[in-house]
Amino acid sequence: MLDIRQRTGYLFLAVMVGHVILISAQVQTRGGARVLESVTFSLFAGVQRGTSALVDGWQGFWSGYVALRGLHAENEALKQRVSELEVRVQQERAVAQRSQKLQQLLDLKSQTTLPTLAADVIAGDATPGIPSVWIDKGDREGVRPDMAVIAPAGIIGRVLGPLAPHAARVQLIIGQNAGAGAMIERSRAGGVVIGTAGDPPLLMEYVSNLSDVQIGDVVVTAGNDGIYPKGFPIGRVESAEKGAGLYKTIKVRPVVDFSNVEEVLVVLSPPPELPSPTAGNRRR
Amino acid sequence: MKTTVVICAIAAALALQTTLARFAVGSQSMVDLVLVAVVYAALAFGPVVGLFAGTVGGLAQDALSAQIIGVGGLSKTLVGFVSGVVGTQFIVSGPIPRFVVFLGASFVHALCFRGIHAMLPVVAADSGLPAPRGAGLALGAVFWQALGNAAIGLLVFQAVEGLPGLLQRRRMRYRR
Repeated sequence: MLDIRQRTGYLFLAVMVGHVILISAQVQTRGGARVLESVTFSLFAGVQRGTSALVDGWQGFWSGYVALRGLHAENEALKQRVSELEVRVQQERAVAQRSQKLQQLLDLKSQTTLPTLAADVIAGDATPGIPSVWIDKGDREGVRPDMAVIAPAGIIGRVLGPLAPHAARVQLIIGQNAGAGAMIERSRAGGVVIGTAGDPPLLMEYVSNLSDVQIGDVVVTAGNDGIYPKGFPIGRVESAEKGAGLYKTIKVRPVVDFSNVEEVLVVLSPPPELPSPTAGNRRR
Repeated sequence: MKTTVVICAIAAALALQTTLARFAVGSQSMVDLVLVAVVYAALAFGPVVGLFAGTVGGLAQDALSAQIIGVGGLSKTLVGFVSGVVGTQFIVSGPIPRFVVFLGASFVHALCFRGIHAMLPVVAADSGLPAPRGAGLALGAVFWQALGNAAIGLLVFQAVEGLPGLLQRRRMRYRR
């Protein structure tokens, strides 16, 4: 049991503290805060720093170690999301490129007065080394054998028979048995362009040694073979040498990238009747 | 059963071939998946099946191709039959002998196919039409095609033979 003197001392101490608290509750510090609040904040600030450090430490420990599993899952989800977005970007890019190609086709269609039909390339030839492709338009859409097939860059080839109701085979101009009446656009020197197995895959034959042919000249269709309309680009002269006989040896690089043909136009006007099938493209 | 397997294999090979050919238009060194299917059938089931597979596969390929029907059929029938005979006369169960058979079959096919094409101008001259140019025997292209055919043929054999065992081992592991 406490001594009365001790009790009084404690009581005194308590009353004094009560007073200080009461006073401090009414007095403001220089900073504008009340002394009671200031002292309380000061006292508790240390406690708060301690508890805060503890909580922060725990939080750091949790998020840095314990919560790594969640982080891993989140990381995986984000990776998947990134992959999906990359795929979507690729798809958008492909759509944009396709739109650009279709726009080129539309431009070509508006430039030419010929009746044409747009078609997609759906397959290549079943036998390796035979340059032909399948398109998704056939007999039902009005496609007929020997119709010319063109692309925005230049001529592709001609339709071969027989036709399926909704598909047709196209012999490419680079084929070994293919050919077209052609001329040099600049000098109008005429000849026949034929496909070869070499590199470049086109040769221009029957051009006189006296004709003016230079490297880089554009070779266009002459329109005299009964298949291809006049004036469409075939390729560019890669080399032109004087031949041993009457004619030059001219190698032509096609303007169309045949490994990347996706959309084409079929020229729907039927080829005019010719007296004999000796034109370049009736070689097969 | 064998007939169904062979027809399905040839149909799948043709579908894959025409799909892939779109991206390698006119390439002479592209693998011939129909030939791979024919040689596989010949080695797996014998000369008669090889002959049948060669005929069906070759004719189907010719029909889908911009060329005279029968050239590929003849070449593949010959190759299918000879491969089947080789398969019955010699032990060709290892990877190296099979590789050699696929390689040889590809060379024989190319020789036969291009040889027949080289003879075609004579036929065409009689008809009064301009003679088509015979496909020259580009040895480099033939070599790469043969190598590709042999590699794919070997892979097909490994897959067909290895897959059931692999599945069984996996099942056993799960049972434990």
